[in-house]
Amino acid sequence: MSTSFAECPARERVARLLDAASFEEWLPPSARVMSPHLAQLGVPSAFDDGVVIGRGRLAGHSVFIAAQEGEFMGGGVGEVHGAKLVGLLQRALRDRPAAVLLLAESGGVRLHEANAGLIAVSEVMRAVLDVRAAGVPVVVLIGGANGCFGGMGIVARCADRVVMSDSARLAMSGPEVIEASHGVEEFDAHDRALVWRTTGGKHRFLSGDCDVLVDDEVQAFRDAAVDALGHANALTLESLEREHGLLATRLRDAPAGADALALWRQFGVRDAERVPDLDAAAVRALIAN
Amino acid sequence: MTGMESLHYEFTGTRRVAAFAPVLVGVVGSGNLEVLVEPAAPGAPVDGLCRYRVETSARGFGAIWEAVLRDFQERHRFKGLSVSINDMGATPAVVSLRLDQAAAGLKEAAP
Repeated sequence: MSTSFAECPARERVARLLDAASFEEWLPPSARVMSPHLAQLGVPSAFDDGVVIGRGRLAGHSVFIAAQEGEFMGGGVGEVHGAKLVGLLQRALRDRPAAVLLLAESGGVRLHEANAGLIAVSEVMRAVLDVRAAGVPVVVLIGGANGCFGGMGIVARCADRVVMSDSARLAMSGPEVIEASHGVEEFDAHDRALVWRTTGGKHRFLSGDCDVLVDDEVQAFRDAAVDALGHANALTLESLEREHGLLATRLRDAPAGADALALWRQFGVRDAERVPDLDAAAVRALIAN
Repeated sequence: MTGMESLHYEFTGTRRVAAFAPVLVGVVGSGNLEVLVEPAAPGAPVDGLCRYRVETSARGFGAIWEAVLRDFQERHRFKGLSVSINDMGATPAVVSLRLDQAAAGLKEAAP
């Protein structure tokens, strides 16, 4: 029987993704390394500040892993939460695991912690790039109901590889933020089809922002993580300039008032209007052809 | 602005649980809570008590917390345990469910 990745809490994702009983947690709940800010605001804290970090084995290889809990403050990155991610990544520089896996589910910076959260996210970005520069692949796996937005969306795109399910979402500003700042005519956050067309796993896969599109199953995410082992993509000036060139071209050639449908057609996807009804395997086949 | 409310309870028990790793169940989300069960601190007096600490965003429900925790304690009769809860407005039924999940996890964790 398959297990939905989205339905699992963060801890269960870690336990099920790694080799059985191989996970060793750092700063576990009993260590009570908690947010110094939330209690002052009268907001409940979590014993792990909403993120699980540690090491374990994946298909026998030593890996580091972090998983954000989307049910706690939308996976928002606070000072402690961010410091745990940074500590994990910095330890990877020292211990050189086969990969660092980030199971991202986050609305981005935890606004309650304001500047401390913003600084924390920027430190995570820097640490991800340091780990990549050291040749250790950083793999971001996105499959939670809250998606991956804001600063964590940027972190995801700093990684070697992004794995998403078709129900996952990845973007900078979330739907509600866009609607609030630009109006409902610009973006209707309640239009679920529009939201998924614009930020969902299929769109990210077709546009190349996501490298691997999987079904919402823990085993599929595990297979994708195993597949990523030993595949570090060197981040060079050339690769960065190539990416910038691609994005500039895409922006210049984007159809006026473009919906994702028009973009998919522009990417050369046949029967683009059928994409929302296709499963992950069928969307992968579109690219393979 | 109202802050969190801290509640503390102690109940006597008779069942000592063999050494175990801390057990965590639940998540601090809306209408939900997390429960962390640990052995009483090393060096703490063996006094036949089970101690409960609750941090909750819903103030003024101490009597209901006491009733729910007392019910749990009467069913399991633990001693030498520390139960710590972070709550975000869970209903009594959800609290009882999480406590029972933790107790089940305890049996798995204990040899």
